[in-house]
Amino acid sequence: MQREQLESAPTAAEAWPDQIYDLLKQHGVRQVGLVPDAGHARLIKRCLADNDMKVVACTTEEEGVALAFGAWLGGEKSVLLMQSSGVGNIINMLSVAIAHRTPCPILVTMRGDFGEFNPFQVPMGNATQACLEAMGTLVKRADRPEDVAETVNATLRLAYNTYRPTATLLGQRLLGAKTFGK
Amino acid sequence: MSEIGIGPTGKLMRRDAVKALLENRDGMLAIGGLGAPAWDITAAGDSPLNLPLWGGMGGAAVMGLGLALAQPGRKVCVITGDGEMLMGVGSLATVAVQRPRNLSIVVLDNEHYGETGMQETHTKHGVDLVMMAKGAGIADSRLVRTAEELLKLRADIHAGNGPIFAQVKIDEGTQPLVLPPREASILQNRMREAILGPEAHLQ
Repeated sequence: MQREQLESAPTAAEAWPDQIYDLLKQHGVRQVGLVPDAGHARLIKRCLADNDMKVVACTTEEEGVALAFGAWLGGEKSVLLMQSSGVGNIINMLSVAIAHRTPCPILVTMRGDFGEFNPFQVPMGNATQACLEAMGTLVKRADRPEDVAETVNATLRLAYNTYRPTATLLGQRLLGAKTFGK
Repeated sequence: MSEIGIGPTGKLMRRDAVKALLENRDGMLAIGGLGAPAWDITAAGDSPLNLPLWGGMGGAAVMGLGLALAQPGRKVCVITGDGEMLMGVGSLATVAVQRPRNLSIVVLDNEHYGETGMQETHTKHGVDLVMMAKGAGIADSRLVRTAEELLKLRADIHAGNGPIFAQVKIDEGTQPLVLPPREASILQNRMREAILGPEAHLQ
């Protein structure tokens, strides 16, 4: 089995990762916190290549929420990129963005969502939206490539204009499920 | 410079140590970690340049990182506790990789969880935060036990030769509560205004 078959990543023909990058530029995002995911790989490369963006790789996703708060204290907009399993790691830290009223947009690539192969991804993938919403985060979903840009734009606008954590869930249908031949 | 007292355990008094770090601060921004460090920075003099945390345990160091990256022309000092630092200890690696020259992380180490009944933390049992910070890659990571070492730390923080990590051994005695405002949007926005001016509210 090839490594590529194990990854859930959009093909090179998909335009939406570049559309997300363009939106981050339009909104003036200066700090990008992330824990890597294959679904975000191309977007992460674009951000790393941009000298106006400070890309901060985190050891756990909750650092990304803390980073967003620090960035906003200093007048910079941020975005947090992660996989759905990381949502489990940020639950309590979201209280920081809620209590301070900090813009904290989060772009989540889904696992355990649509044709998942790995049993360990399913519990958190199934609970991702409920957990975020239980913590007061406004959640939108995109499952079709043509919906991604509009949905991410709405998530960024809601965060920066209304001062709260927001999230777009990028469905596994967009990414292609890891099948391991099953 | 105010006097830095020694407690019954022979260790530095936390309030004196924090006051010394923040005296004549020249616009330095301070984040106070959840619990006693938030009260300590408030006791040193509440200010829009202070962000005392009422929550977010484990996040103080990376909050300081985000702020330091956004404001490279200002010094940022995170003052937090040993329990808070241990909860987010991976953030030492995240900070080290970014190498912010304007960021210092000062851990007030009383070897206990002071707000929850004085249960012992791992530092009481030999866990060495300085070694962990060094191992993460923060070259200037130091243990501070004396007033002289604390004043040297203060000078180096103000010189802006970061990132600096310091584990300051402090007396475990509980100090009177000195509480900052509890409405966190005020805490956030007063600091933003202090940094960015009235424009902060129109961003």
